Order: sequence, then structure tokens, then C-alpha cells
Amino acid sequence: MSGTRARAGDRARLTDREGFLAWAFLLPTVVYLTALVVAPFVLTVAFAFSRSTGDAPSYRFAGLRDFRTVFGDDVFWRSLLDTLALTGVAIVLVVVLGTALAHVLRAGFRFRRTVRTLVLLPWTTPVALSAISWRWLLGSAGVDRMLRAASLLHGGGSPLDRTGPAAVAVVAVHVWRLTPLAAVIVMAGLNSVPHGVWDAARLDGAGVWRRFFGVTVPLTLPVTAVAGVFTAAITFADVAVVRVLTGGGPHDSTQVLPTLAYLRGVEGGDIGAGAAASLFLLPLFLAGAAVVLRVVRRAEADR
Amino acid sequence: MRRRDEAGTAAKAVEARGLVKVYEGRRDRQVRALDGIDVSSNQGEYLVLLGPSGCGKTTLLRTIAGLERPTEGEVYIGGQLVNGLPPRIRRVAMVLQSYALYPHKTVHSNIEFPLKAENVPRHLRERKIRWAAELLGIPDLLGRKPRQLSGGERQRVALARALVREPAVFLLDEPLSGLDAKLRATTRDELKRFQRQIGTATIYVTHDQEEAMGLGDRVAVLDAGRLRQVGTPRDIYDEPADTFVATFVGSPPMNLVQRADRLVGFRPEHLLPAENVAYDSRVTMPLRIERIEYLSGDRHVYGAVTRIGAETRVIARLPATVITPLTPGETHEFAVPGDRLRFFDAEYGIRTAPVRIGG
Repeated sequence: MSGTRARAGDRARLTDREGFLAWAFLLPTVVYLTALVVAPFVLTVAFAFSRSTGDAPSYRFAGLRDFRTVFGDDVFWRSLLDTLALTGVAIVLVVVLGTALAHVLRAGFRFRRTVRTLVLLPWTTPVALSAISWRWLLGSAGVDRMLRAASLLHGGGSPLDRTGPAAVAVVAVHVWRLTPLAAVIVMAGLNSVPHGVWDAARLDGAGVWRRFFGVTVPLTLPVTAVAGVFTAAITFADVAVVRVLTGGGPHDSTQVLPTLAYLRGVEGGDIGAGAAASLFLLPLFLAGAAVVLRVVRRAEADR
Repeated sequence: MRRRDEAGTAAKAVEARGLVKVYEGRRDRQVRALDGIDVSSNQGEYLVLLGPSGCGKTTLLRTIAGLERPTEGEVYIGGQLVNGLPPRIRRVAMVLQSYALYPHKTVHSNIEFPLKAENVPRHLRERKIRWAAELLGIPDLLGRKPRQLSGGERQRVALARALVREPAVFLLDEPLSGLDAKLRATTRDELKRFQRQIGTATIYVTHDQEEAMGLGDRVAVLDAGRLRQVGTPRDIYDEPADTFVATFVGSPPMNLVQRADRLVGFRPEHLLPAENVAYDSRVTMPLRIERIEYLSGDRHVYGAVTRIGAETRVIARLPATVITPLTPGETHEFAVPGDRLRFFDAEYGIRTAPVRIGG
């Protein structure tokens, strides 16, 4: 600046200053994240250590009281197991089915574009809406009635009113919803694999299984792991599917931590206990995700 | 080799008969990548497929390897029909243009992969890996991952991976294209020595005529899915079968001058100032000099010739031993020895019998 004197009127414009631009572009995101992520999160943490209730929302520090309440609740421990089981089963199914679907969608066939779009629909439909549809399908109106009409089902309630089938239904809807997402992620991963590698594997005499498990799987492991993390994050944080489909029932048998938190904190009025319940899994998940992402990064470094 | 000699018929290492490969393009447009190819390679021979990009040479190689299924025609390897057989049964090894090493595996595991696929027992695998690594001078690299290797090293690993299977045929798809110019020259030499050493029939694809002429025992020139000519580098260069081969091979390419319904062809190095051509049967022509380039000791003279046919721009390549002073703008009498002239049909471009040209 000092060496070459700028001519009069040739001042650097505001948009030439990178420092300013950086802030200008970042600000909306910062505001958005603060308002919708950071603030609620801080509030939740604060409430988890408070005596606040729906009737008396003023903040009074309560130490670990809420956690004691939650840990003393049998339903909490059941919900915790349910959440872990649901997430675990969902990850496995979504990753396996998503990978299979990704391979199908990559194959050349007629109407491939149309099929690709259609397949994505479950993921693009609002959760609550699709959950309602499934409730209708699986509940009294749809499958249940058909089964009864065909004399395959007698007595009792609809599938959603039975303990086992209700849990299966929750898993199924999550898997149905997240498989397209995983498929798209894995497809992106497959597309980034240099094509010659598969030719090389065929030339090297590898059969279908060896090509898949010896070449394709290791090369797409990073993206597959990302798909798994997404599935986990979305599944175990989700309230809508369980709320709409089973309401946590029958007899709290399909309750997961988020729905329990909602039940205790919002409907039951014990905001502190709700917050404590919803926070419980966070450290676990963060640790898990950190490990997975670290492994992913190491695997990617090989490329 | 011996077995086949006893059988009385020396089976070709690879033979393609009437190969046609049609790709379905968009909107039912068809692309004939291979348009009826008959070619064969002998045991222990270095056959080079040469052609411009898109001529179908890589498709031909992939069809031989079993990566592509021919629309029509047959492929024989070692005298056996292999149509419909997957690559692993064909006993071919192919080095792809990109080398396509497995990025997640070490060099050792890369070379081991084909052996594992064939369920070779562990101690044998180790022995073969060592043998291949030593042959290619890469024992020190076995513990590395492909990303830690240079282009030349990757190529050696790809060769080693192809080699451990002890294939009946080596297929190499532009193996030098990924290397820089300096490395290319030395690697070319190494490839040739390597093939001599193992004595396996090799089919080598390239668009680089220097590689083709330098490496090939025989060269097959392809264009637009058709085989134009197969022959020794000398045949290809001196006796081109048509104008495509004549102009594709040789740098600068053969000059072609139209004379009635014929094209008269002569190589730039045979077009010299008339006083340097002692032959009685020489054909002379005036050359109007436009430009002279001085390239590695040779003078490349650009200009237009008349008299022997329609006025045509040509290039003459004068070796350093020709000291005739020439300047742009002047017209000088040039000549070509009569036996160096080649004649082609002006319409179809195919080689025809010589025509007498007086003067």
C-alpha cells in the first residue's frame, strides 16, 4: 500500500476487503446457528439442572436432582435400551439396504432418472406426514383390515397396538425413510471410486464377492460410515415417528429417549427431568461420532 | 510353445475374428466402435495397436480381455474360443491406462490380490510377490500405499500385479501416457526388455507412433473401428496400405500430391534438392519455399510443389548433410527417387500400382 500510491478516487471498495466479506458471508449462518442450535442447547443444559416446571418456569438451580429423578424412572431405562436398539438396528438395515439401493440405482436401465427421483420421495416427505400415512396403513384402516378380511388376523388390536409389531413398525418406518438418504450418500461414494479399479479387480480374477468385499466396501467405507452417522443422528433424535405412529405405546414399549423427554418435560410439565433425559445420550453420541469420523478421515487419507 | 509345436498347429496367442462392437448411444444412435476386426498376435510377439483417440483400439483390447462383450465375432486365446468367458478364465493380464491400483491396499497387497483370487497358498504367494517385485525393481516399495508412489513406480506395481498371474498374454493400455516425457523414454526401453525377458505375447495400445514403431514387432493401425494395416514397423512406414496409414505414421507425415485420379505420396525425407538426388529415375518438381524450420539438426522446408500434379503444400526434411543454401521466397528444383514414390487411389485412398511420371 505504501509503495504504490493509489490514484485519487481509486479507493478499495468495501467488497474488496476480505475481512469484511468473510464476516458478511458468515454472519447469517452464525445468527442462524446461534438462534436455532446454540441457544436451545444451552437452555436444555440449564434446564437439566433446574427445578423449573411447566407451572413454575422461573429458573432455580437444583443440582443433579433432575438426573436422580430420571434415573429412578423405570421407563427411562427401558427407553434408553429401546433407543440404542432402535438406532443400532436402523444403522445396520439402512446401511445395508442403502448400499444395495445405491448399486441398483447406478446400474443402467430404462427410466433410471425417474426411478431415482421416486426412490428419494420417502426422504423428502415431511416426517410427520409420512408417519401419519404409515399409521393409517398399519393401523385400523389399512393392513389390519386387509389381514382381517383375509381371515389372517383375529381378535386383539391392530399391529400398532401390539408390543412386538409396534416396535417393528417404528424400525421399519425409520429404515424406509432413511434408506434413500443412505443410498444417495453411498452412490456419491461409489461415483468417486476411480472406475478402473473395478476393471482391475475383474482382470485380477476376483469374483463378485471378492470385488464387493475386497474392493468396493473398503473404498466406500468412509462415505458408508458417514451414512451410518447420519442415520444414527436422525434416528435417535427423532420424536415424530414414535409420537405419531405409536405414541410410545403400547404401555411405553416403544418409548425412546426423545419421546420420553417430550412426555415428561412438555406434557408432564417437569421441564428439568425432560431436559435431563434428552441430554443423557449426547456425550455418548458425540464420542461415537468423533471416533467414526476420525477413522473416516484416516481412510480417506489413503486416496 | 513346445506343446503347440508337437500338435503341429502353432496356435496364435490371441486371435480376433470379425469383431464388431456396437454401443447404443442416446436416442437409439449406434456407435460402431469396432467394425469387423481380424487380427492375431503370435506367441512371444509384441503387437502394437496404433491409432488416433477414438479409433477403437482400447475397445479391442478390452474385448480381448473380456471386459467388453463383442456384438459379433470371436476371440481366441491360445487357440481356444473365449467368448463369454470372464477375464479370470482367459489367463490375460491387463495394465490399465490409469494403472488402477487399489488405493486402500499396500503395494504388497495389490500384487497379492490376483493370487488370493486364485486361492494360491500363502507361501507360494509370498514367493511370487518377491519374484515379481524383484523383476521390476520394487522390493523396497512393498510396504507403501499407492498414493506414496510416483507415476513410474505405480506403473511398475501395476505390471507386477499383472505379472504374478503368469498370464498367457499381456495387454497394455497406453501404459506410458501417465509419465512425463523423460521417464517415458527410459520406461519404454524397460518395457521392451521386460517383455523379452518373460517372453509373453504382448498387445500394446498407443496413439503415439514413436512408441508403436519403437516397441512393436508388428504394428496394427486402426481407424474408426477398422483395421487399416498390420505389418512390421518397416512395412507400415515404407509400404503404407492407404493414405490414412501414410499420413498417420511419420512425422512430418507423408506428402500427398493429387495427379489425375491418383495421389502421389512421398516422405519428407525423400524430397531433397535435386542436386542431392543422384538417381537416374528421379522425379523432379519445383518447390516454392515458404518457411524453413531448423529442428534437431534437420531443416524442415515448408512450401508448395507444382508440375507433378496439382499445386500442393508439402514438407521436405533435409538432413544436416544436405548443405544446399535455401532461402524462403525462392523456388528451387527438388526431386524424389522414383522408387520412393507411392501411389494411392484419389477417391478411396487405397494403394495402387505405380504410375510413370516423366521428368
